[in-house]
Amino acid sequence: MKRLNHTFAKLATAVASASLIASSAFAQTTEVPFYFPVAVGGPITKFIDQFAADFNKENPTIKVSPIYAGSYQDTIVKALTANKAGTPPAASVLLSTDTFTLIDDDAIVPIDNFVRTDDDKKWLNGFYKAFMLNSQVGGKTWGVPFQRSTVVLYWNKEAFKEAGLDPNKPPATWAEMVSMAQKLTKKDASGKVTQYGIQIPSSGFPYWLFQGLATQNEVILANEAGTQTKFDDPKVIEALQFWVDLSKKHGVHPPGIVEWGTTPKDFMEKKSAMIWTTTGNLSNIRNNAKFEFGVAMLPAGKKRGSPTGGGNFFIFKKATLAQQEAAFRFAKWLTQPERAAQWGIDTGYVAVSPAAFDTPALKKYASEFPPATVARDQLQFAVAELSTHDNQRVAKAFNDGLQAAITGSKTAEQAMKDAQREAERLLRGFK
Amino acid sequence: MDPGLRRDDAKPMNHQRQAHAYLMLLPALALLVAFTHYPAVATFIDSFMSTPKGSKPPSFVGLENYRIMVEDPIFWQAFRNNLWFALATIPLSVGLALAMALWVNARLSGQAFLRMAYFTPTVLPMIAVANIWLFFYTPTYGLLEQIGGVFGLPSHNWLGDKSTALGAITMVAIWKEAGFFMIFYLAALQGINPSLREAAAIEGAGRWFFFRRVLWPLLMPTTIFVLVNAVINAFRMVDHVVVMTRGGPDNATSLLLFHLYEVGFRYWDTGYAAAITVVLLGVLASVALAQFFLMDRKAHY
Repeated sequence: MKRLNHTFAKLATAVASASLIASSAFAQTTEVPFYFPVAVGGPITKFIDQFAADFNKENPTIKVSPIYAGSYQDTIVKALTANKAGTPPAASVLLSTDTFTLIDDDAIVPIDNFVRTDDDKKWLNGFYKAFMLNSQVGGKTWGVPFQRSTVVLYWNKEAFKEAGLDPNKPPATWAEMVSMAQKLTKKDASGKVTQYGIQIPSSGFPYWLFQGLATQNEVILANEAGTQTKFDDPKVIEALQFWVDLSKKHGVHPPGIVEWGTTPKDFMEKKSAMIWTTTGNLSNIRNNAKFEFGVAMLPAGKKRGSPTGGGNFFIFKKATLAQQEAAFRFAKWLTQPERAAQWGIDTGYVAVSPAAFDTPALKKYASEFPPATVARDQLQFAVAELSTHDNQRVAKAFNDGLQAAITGSKTAEQAMKDAQREAERLLRGFK
Repeated sequence: MDPGLRRDDAKPMNHQRQAHAYLMLLPALALLVAFTHYPAVATFIDSFMSTPKGSKPPSFVGLENYRIMVEDPIFWQAFRNNLWFALATIPLSVGLALAMALWVNARLSGQAFLRMAYFTPTVLPMIAVANIWLFFYTPTYGLLEQIGGVFGLPSHNWLGDKSTALGAITMVAIWKEAGFFMIFYLAALQGINPSLREAAAIEGAGRWFFFRRVLWPLLMPTTIFVLVNAVINAFRMVDHVVVMTRGGPDNATSLLLFHLYEVGFRYWDTGYAAAITVVLLGVLASVALAQFFLMDRKAHY
């Protein structure tokens, strides 16, 4: 039996080396299928195609083929389905919060596998720490920050002037946000609100915006290992109550669920004087708002805070070693300071490294358009986006709880206790 | 036919013809088997297996997935939502379709324009429709708000309120479906012999009587066809939920198929998703069968 094993091993080695020789002799180029999502406005596919074309020109032995795969959700569905069928892409941009899901599915390899030279190490250490929080699990780096964002506050300077407020001074604290919003809320003769003071969207993924409030109230929603949530922490309930009260008690926030998709539009239509949304909407609002507006860090509760968000670059396990190496080179190439800077300017995403902000291109852009640096300045207060094992399900339980409290079908306390109970049930198997 | 009358030489001929027939059927049959029957059977088997995690292969777990389903409050909420959705969309869209068909079947000016107008929602893709309605329902400056504002009605967040979200979603489905069903009724009405109407008029039958005793029975085959489609659509339409509410607020607009999508492709719980699929298939199959067998007897062909 042992002998047989031995023979078999020899045979396998022979076949493997033969195919290796064959592949290096016949296939000159390594194909790298690369899935990417489009989550913000603008001609994203054009930029990505250009990146790939430039990279392929510089690396004739590699052929990166970008495949537009829809929204983040569509992209992970396609990537994981292809993975289950045994033919995953070599690389994909996916939500950083899906890291646990990808690890649990044994779909990706750590980036550290390919980091060998000092230059590689320097590159990996060059990203903003806040963006690495969602990329590292158990001492390993699983994703490269690529299109990342945070939540910021946009305010309408004209509306501030009309309300007798200083148009250049956004709210710095919760109390200021409420008092300013009260002055900014306008009603018509029949008592109907024509302009709300503040609007925080709550459809789809309310947990992300709520995480801003929770962080400002000095509470982290989940542990780093992704096995324990703190949804029923009194500070979480307090932060949720604050959100609910913006509408119920102060009447400065629209009632019910506020749609994420129409929030920038509400701002541009002057139906809301201040909104919370992603930095990724910056270019969109800049191009379409017909009034002067400002971008600010989120106001502080007990302290400042915002979650990071957006997508990381992942390398798939079932790809061949040559493909993985090629994908790694592409990821490194994509995140070089000049390219990261250009990507940030084109899209509104936050450039992922301090070095990118030191490039002449981004410096020039920031001096012409100061809001572009607000997100970066907020990074020092940023926390990891909520991410656990079985992430989508846990987030869903939490979202349901938040929406139940916002629509008034449950009290904040009851909603959070229910969400926590569900999260604990879901995470039982991962402890 | 008396078997004794059958010609003996017809038999080999029959064989050949049968082979021909099956060869002709083969392409369609292969597609049906590959994309309909095989997946249905595979799903049924998968519903008794655990969800594979990473490199762990699925194992037989018996009725575990069905137990999870019975204990899943969101499944039951989606089921209830779907029942209400079906109970509202089916009669309303079919009734509206019939009314519209009778209306545009009559001789009146602008008939072609009216027919086109009623049919337009059907031609539009559901995603586009949902986005249009998203604007209608938008609080503060949406179309409904603007119309309501003229009459001094208070502002309402239709999709953001648990009590009105499902109703709002249902309206979109009715609006979309009615035009499609109208086409079938219209075609059926055009096929009815005009001499029947003349005969009824001579006999002194009123319009309501004529409709109830002549038109309605003659339209029965169409009604059955439309009803079957309406039922299937009530459990199949989900695009607008994805666009407009993503099942929210707090699952108030989650329909069975939407929940199934979430379980299957967001949570990757394929075993449980297979169990929900089996239930959904079961519901649809039994309703369709019941309709065919029970109502077929009442139909005049």
